[in-house]
Amino acid sequence: MQTKRMTFSSRWLPYALLAPQVIVTLIFFIWPASQALYQSFLRQDIFGLRTDFVWFDNFSRLFADPLYLNSLKVTFVFSLGTTFLSMSVALLFAVMVNRMIRSRDSYTTFLVWPYAVAPAIAGVLWWFIFNPSIGIMPYMLKGFGYDWNHRSSGTDAMILVIIAAAWKQISYNFLFFLAGLQSIPQSLIEAAAIDGASRFKRFWTIVFPLLSPITFFLMVVNIVYAMFDTFGVIHATTEGGPAQATNILVYKVYRDGFVNLNLGSSAAQSVILMAIVVVLTVIQFRYIERRVNY
Amino acid sequence: MASITLDNLGKVYAGNVRAVTDVNIDIKDGEMIVLVGPSGCGKSTLLRMVAGLETITEGTLKIGDRVVNHLEPAERDIAMVFQNYALYPHMTVYNNLAYGLKNRGIAKPEIDRRVKEAAEMLQIGQFLDRKPRQLSGGQRQRVAMGRALVREPAAFLFDEPLSNLDAKLRVQMRVEIRQLQKRLGTTSLYVTHDQLEALTMADRLVVLNGGRIEQIGTPMELYSRPETVFVAGFIGSPAMNMLPSDYLRGQVAAEALAHVPAKADFIGIRPEDMALGPVQEGALALSGRLLLLEPAGAESHLHLRFEGMSDTVVVRLPHVPDVAEGSMLNFSVPRDKLHPFDRESGKRLA
Repeated sequence: MQTKRMTFSSRWLPYALLAPQVIVTLIFFIWPASQALYQSFLRQDIFGLRTDFVWFDNFSRLFADPLYLNSLKVTFVFSLGTTFLSMSVALLFAVMVNRMIRSRDSYTTFLVWPYAVAPAIAGVLWWFIFNPSIGIMPYMLKGFGYDWNHRSSGTDAMILVIIAAAWKQISYNFLFFLAGLQSIPQSLIEAAAIDGASRFKRFWTIVFPLLSPITFFLMVVNIVYAMFDTFGVIHATTEGGPAQATNILVYKVYRDGFVNLNLGSSAAQSVILMAIVVVLTVIQFRYIERRVNY
Repeated sequence: MASITLDNLGKVYAGNVRAVTDVNIDIKDGEMIVLVGPSGCGKSTLLRMVAGLETITEGTLKIGDRVVNHLEPAERDIAMVFQNYALYPHMTVYNNLAYGLKNRGIAKPEIDRRVKEAAEMLQIGQFLDRKPRQLSGGQRQRVAMGRALVREPAAFLFDEPLSNLDAKLRVQMRVEIRQLQKRLGTTSLYVTHDQLEALTMADRLVVLNGGRIEQIGTPMELYSRPETVFVAGFIGSPAMNMLPSDYLRGQVAAEALAHVPAKADFIGIRPEDMALGPVQEGALALSGRLLLLEPAGAESHLHLRFEGMSDTVVVRLPHVPDVAEGSMLNFSVPRDKLHPFDRESGKRLA
């Protein structure tokens, strides 16, 4: 391949042109990340008078800590639940809207709105809806004989945060699924209809497999979202409770670091999170290259 | 195998947009009918109505003895070949062929036998494990054909299946489809906008214009005796010349046009019916100035200006004549090769 060589009038000009991006990355990513990495090897006493370099002790303590292991499990359940809920509802909406002809655009607009709502606001919204004393949902559930209380029931709390977190993400998934559905040639569906496939079968044997690249992409995006972008949702609704039932990793970093001031452990946790993001990103890029073309 | 009967078939879309009007066609068992017409003439809509992909708003459609107006496409026992082939991109060729059979709950060994047989017939046996995107246009076309014929349906429907192929492949596939159809003896409805494809493939040809049938007949019937100005202009290339009869009456002796109805406004003459040279006995004599000579190997097209006529006249000769552009040439036209038409109705007069 031929490489393009640019000639600059001053040898400093290319560096100056790169500088803004490099400076932003350095200040807002490299510096804090390396601080976290460094912090994760340190331990302070309660009064902050002495700081010891403890190598990997923070990490080994974490993996021996039942609270941390619980948080890992909670995060796993939460991110899978959120991803599954937001993607399946989004796909359902996309299929239904795709069937509309004239009203398609207005439905799309409405369904995209929640994406503009801040995570904390979304959390508060669902907190009100599910509020055990004044919320409408517990009132209705009581009619079915279910006593909803996410302040005492860990399961209820988990369901609440999953719904609140998924609700926001549905818009995003919906747009991708709708675009995916519209890119499937109508003649394929017609050919399948002539080939004797029922509507249900057409969806699962033709449409869904053709959406698989989009589904995979969205799955990674949604897992990343659920793991790292849902701090506001948790903070506004359950604050990790009751009894650690919704204390996902990101929230635990904040709690241990900024509330309990265990900076070493908190830093070690954020380093682990960073590693998870890296892995997910690598997976995403590795597979996104292999998208099915049609 | 079955006959297909279209009885006063019509299609009106929401908002009172009319696409097809009063179409009557009796397709005999094993016959190949070609629907031909310009874009937007309703030919694809008509085919899709037969397939069940568009609802029928007027008239009745029978396949065999069954009225199928309200049956799902799958229940009509037809197979369709689409213009873009519509192969399932995520399935292998084998699964593309087997899909329709699996959906009908046919036993595995039987599916296997039929798929292998169709693949052999179409010479795509070595591609059965490939995905459609790994095939060339012609191979995809064969797979699309294969998917239709493994089903052993009562009728094949073709929606411009050759228009995505290059010219050479198109001729080759045209011959193959026609041979296959004759061998299997399956009733077929074939849509195209290419009049050459229509002429060469059809048992009978249906010319559509503006959602109505202009004429039905064998290719040669339509060619030698077009019933309307539209058919005259659409079938045949280069198109039939339309000469105003006033002009013609001013040029030739009255007795030469005695057999032409007096109220004919136009007289059509096919480009190949004009012979270069002196007038033969009982023929019309015409002369014009040669504007352009187009040699095309075995034949040539002469573009002429007739004195007092605004449109150019095209003559087709079975050789390339030794004449200079700009010279005056004489032609003779046999009397029985005139096609008189009425301007108002657009219909043939005699």
